[in-house]
Amino acid sequence: MKKLLISLALGWGILTAGSLALAQTAAPAEVPAVIAPAAEAKPADVAAPAAAAMAAAAPAAAEAAPAEAAPAPVPNKGDTAWMMVSTLLVILMTVPGLALFYGGLVRSKNMLSVLMQVMVTFSMIVVLWFIYGYSLAFTEGNAFVGGFDRLFMKGIWDNASGTFANAATFSKGVVIPEIVFAAFQATFAGITCALIVGAFAERMKFAAVLMFMVLWFTFSYAPIAHMVWFWAGPDAYTSAEVVDKLNATAGYLWQSGALDFAGGTVVHINAAVAGLVGAYMVGKRIGYGKESMAPHSLTLTMVGASLLWVGWFGFNAGSALEANGFAALAFINTFGATAAAVLAWSIGESLHKGKASMLGAASGAVAGLVAITPAAGNVGIGGALVIGAVGGFACLWGVTGLKKMLGADDTLDVFGVHGVGGIVGALLTGVFASPSLGGPGYVADWVTATGVAAADYSIGAQVWIQAKAVLTTIVWSGVVSVIAFKLVDLTIGLRVSEEDEREGLDITSHGETAYNR
Amino acid sequence: MKLVTAIIKPFKLDEVREALSSIGVQGITVTEVKGFGRQKGHTELYRGAEYVVDFLPKVKIEAAIDDALVERVIEAIEGAARTGKIGDGKIFVYNLEQVVRIRTGETGNEAL
Repeated sequence: MKKLLISLALGWGILTAGSLALAQTAAPAEVPAVIAPAAEAKPADVAAPAAAAMAAAAPAAAEAAPAEAAPAPVPNKGDTAWMMVSTLLVILMTVPGLALFYGGLVRSKNMLSVLMQVMVTFSMIVVLWFIYGYSLAFTEGNAFVGGFDRLFMKGIWDNASGTFANAATFSKGVVIPEIVFAAFQATFAGITCALIVGAFAERMKFAAVLMFMVLWFTFSYAPIAHMVWFWAGPDAYTSAEVVDKLNATAGYLWQSGALDFAGGTVVHINAAVAGLVGAYMVGKRIGYGKESMAPHSLTLTMVGASLLWVGWFGFNAGSALEANGFAALAFINTFGATAAAVLAWSIGESLHKGKASMLGAASGAVAGLVAITPAAGNVGIGGALVIGAVGGFACLWGVTGLKKMLGADDTLDVFGVHGVGGIVGALLTGVFASPSLGGPGYVADWVTATGVAAADYSIGAQVWIQAKAVLTTIVWSGVVSVIAFKLVDLTIGLRVSEEDEREGLDITSHGETAYNR
Repeated sequence: MKLVTAIIKPFKLDEVREALSSIGVQGITVTEVKGFGRQKGHTELYRGAEYVVDFLPKVKIEAAIDDALVERVIEAIEGAARTGKIGDGKIFVYNLEQVVRIRTGETGNEAL
């Protein structure tokens, strides 16, 4: 009876929410300050939403623009196609990449529970992203979180006129359909939450996982994504007079000058801290340190790691938002750093333990990918190789020495790899972005889109900015995670019972077994 | 009647099977098992977690044979399964109370 009532309430809730979404009028919500001049001419049929500077979408809107405005940019088909492919690649990274990578590492009695937690978390977060997450992250609000201009993605396209809003890239006059940007970012939100699952694998209640994810996604992922990545876009910077006003609309960490190309802080450090907190608060697995908990399928783990490597090209190079030279730079850096990290981990392991293992090589690849994430389009090729190598060695320490020091049962080394790798990568981005070390520096003046002069780039200053971003992320994610886990614990409880844990989550939480002879 | 059970190294299975056939043993049952005696196990390393695995894979052969054949069977198995290194295994001989051939209902020595 209780279950029937809960199902009906949930169904009614979804129907209501759905009809609210469909009831949105075709005309976009009132547009905040940041629009390209050309868009003001036809506010009715041009959806010019709040997310990073939007230019007019409809071809018809190009006329009636003020004298000095250029015709509204139209998305390039190559850029659009590339971004859609990148989105696909990041989906591939999560399902099945991350799912298999994690799944192979647990005992066979828990394989399906890991696959479920990854897949369902990802799906749920994507839905929430469409409902409110995208709006909270990528619309204008304050320095910490966005607003509700894009609730239910309203205004992202106009079904009455068949026009589509655009999202800015990092190049003036270049746009992509905002839908593609939103979809691409949805995969980031999804995979970040799915990453956390590894820290408390094999012992957490399924419902508790999902409830935690809703809270953490809302209060940690969306705000940090906003803080690091939200800004007005290059086309808004038309003259020196508007610069300060525009900068003030951007996210707190963006304003500080932190460089994070594809999410070293937003994704990896954010998730890693949540994972570590979870590992502490959920507690160690029964038998940890005494019983054998060896991976049941390193073959699948390797398959997962390989899919992660392939998919990560979409994650990093797609973060350029267009198919241009910087995407290519991110692409090749993703290639080099990962390869260097595989070697570093293997060498480190063989020096330390006498043998280089498959799990080590696979983990090395992931470590390199994590480390290059914030750096991908921000460093030169040589810098990427160094970042990969350092990341490989650092994460090897992260899953051995550091793990012992921390004393938590971080089952799948979420902090050891994503935390350590993310921190190392974020800091080294400040070093290797320097023009003196082959990096592209950063854009110092968005009005003219000129980069910082080599002589003006201070490695020390930039590394300090990176460190502040890292610390902010750690503290924010840590606090939100503690509160979220506590709330879940007080309401539905975090862990399954001891008998259920011993028998295995597949059968007790999901009613199935992975391998039936 | 006796049940001869032998624990041997897995790669010796074919040799032992042939040796048994050649002295007239017509049927055996084989199981994959694991165990240890004096042969050391190995250490597995998964990232930072080290596991010492004592158990080694072995093969267990069981054959129900006539009392008269016991000595020759033991000799055959020993000869085929021996490598001279630690871990070659052991042979156990049990008394067998009753044997029945399911298809025909024959019992005793006719069922062997």
